[in-house]
Amino acid sequence: MAIGIRIEHLRKVYDSPPPSAARGGGFSFTAQRSAGKGEKKKKFEVVALEDVSLEIRAGEIFGLLGPNGAGKSTTIGILTTRTRPTGGRAFVGEFDVWKEQVSAKRLIGVVPQRPNLDFALTAREILLFHGAYFGQSARERTRRTDELLEKFKLTDRADHMVRNFSGGMMQRMSIARAMMHDPEVLFLDEPSAGLDPQTRLLLWEIIRDYNRAGKTIVLTTHYMDEADALCDRLAIIDHGRIIAQGTPRELKSSIPGGYLLRVRFDRLPDDLMAGLRALPGVTEVRSADHIAADLYADRGGPLIAGIAGAAQEAGVTLCDVHIAEPSLETLFLHHTGRSLRD
Amino acid sequence: MNWKTFFALLSRDGHVARRNLLPMLLQNLLQPLLLTFVFGRVLTASGMMRTGFKSVLLPGVMAISMVLSGIQAVAMPVIAEFQFTREIEDRLLAPIATAWLGVAKIVTGMVQALVAGLVVIPAAWLMMGSDISIDFSHPLTFAAICLLVALCSASGGLALGCSVGQTQIGLMFSLIVAPMMMFGCAYYPWSFLAPFPVLKWAVLINPLVYASEGLRGVLAPMVPHIDTLLVLVALVVIDAAFLALGLAKFGKKAVS
Repeated sequence: MAIGIRIEHLRKVYDSPPPSAARGGGFSFTAQRSAGKGEKKKKFEVVALEDVSLEIRAGEIFGLLGPNGAGKSTTIGILTTRTRPTGGRAFVGEFDVWKEQVSAKRLIGVVPQRPNLDFALTAREILLFHGAYFGQSARERTRRTDELLEKFKLTDRADHMVRNFSGGMMQRMSIARAMMHDPEVLFLDEPSAGLDPQTRLLLWEIIRDYNRAGKTIVLTTHYMDEADALCDRLAIIDHGRIIAQGTPRELKSSIPGGYLLRVRFDRLPDDLMAGLRALPGVTEVRSADHIAADLYADRGGPLIAGIAGAAQEAGVTLCDVHIAEPSLETLFLHHTGRSLRD
Repeated sequence: MNWKTFFALLSRDGHVARRNLLPMLLQNLLQPLLLTFVFGRVLTASGMMRTGFKSVLLPGVMAISMVLSGIQAVAMPVIAEFQFTREIEDRLLAPIATAWLGVAKIVTGMVQALVAGLVVIPAAWLMMGSDISIDFSHPLTFAAICLLVALCSASGGLALGCSVGQTQIGLMFSLIVAPMMMFGCAYYPWSFLAPFPVLKWAVLINPLVYASEGLRGVLAPMVPHIDTLLVLVALVVIDAAFLALGLAKFGKKAVS
């Protein structure tokens, strides 16, 4: 039975500095200091979430995409009972995560942004105790521990204290621990931050595998390619608000002129430029140097015939065409006027 | 109440405590034992102190050892686990109300305080040699006082650990723990403070006073001490207050 998640008008205002380091958050929200009349002005107040509503369907991989400090980690914090919402409600399955914490905690597994492994224990002990917290029998947790250590290639370090592990090993260990009790919903906060490309691909495969077993996955990321490659649906979050949501394809096609065609000729006379601008669906043409041009258009492939025709007409040879599909980066730019990396 | 989870949390703390048992005992016992040796052996043997002082000292050293161990056994891990790395997060996600994690910490701290206290008796005996008289005629009262002192130090340790950051540990020891040791009536009976009327009443806010006087009352009843019944009442009140405070602070610290 897969479990869905519902978030209704969630709001979070921090009145003391959140343990941002722990959550790994770059907490760069727009700080709104309350300047009440006659009151002391210095009161700390940071609005992290402003009326967020979402529906995450059972069994899907859902991504929260946004820059640092957008409110992704706060959303995960509330959904995993670790952050008290200021307003609104959140449900994991049928359980209100704030009011029925214990029932909600049974359903979820959490991979934090920064590994928060129990440094007093060895890798094996971390998994064994985690299983014990969730009431697994001794036999079951031993079997599962061996299985996960093997899967995450940690068997040869199983009896070492984790404090000496490398960053990548700690990250793998965090994921193994989150999967130990076989949770229905797996939360991953920036799972691939700091991983090398190879480990990242391995991680994606593990996430897809887990999802195929009917589990719901919620992940946050500020990498567009990750969101694109992994997620069934996405919400783009910025300054504590959801600014767009849907499948990656839907989101991308929602931007006008989302395609980018980079073309190269043997030379680029002005009349060819004019010819390119006149093609149907083209919104903008920029000339990079004297042989290449960037066309922003609402279509990709169907334009190629037109481009080739215009080149022939101008007596110019078309050398190269590259079509970039609408990207989430362009989408983010479109909605916020800022790049995701800002 | 989810007992399986609770016992798993306890067994994790027990596992870690066993691993650190020897260093912890050395840390908490060495200083009081050296003091015992100097005051109880060197000074009495030289005739500067009367032999009876040994019986004053033993319950006091036991009280110090218990209180110090209880505080440290809870406060230090709590400070470490809540700091930057948030090691405690995994246990906060265990399917049990967060307050029970605080309770598990207190139980572990109590066990360590009791071990540290009971170890003192044979150890001090060795240090101080003969002429020491211990009364064991009230085992139940003794047990009750030991348990209350252990609870007091462990829940106090939880409250302290949740209020102090990693960088303030040194300050915590010099501002809170050191004066507590000196004004805890561990090295002298409370009645000896009679010449200092203000101090005499001021030290009564120090839980160690009740620990020392209570243990003195049961182990060395011939030495002047505060009435045992009063000590028990005071310990119960302090325990309740520290427990409530510790769990409240823990609950607050656990969520953001």
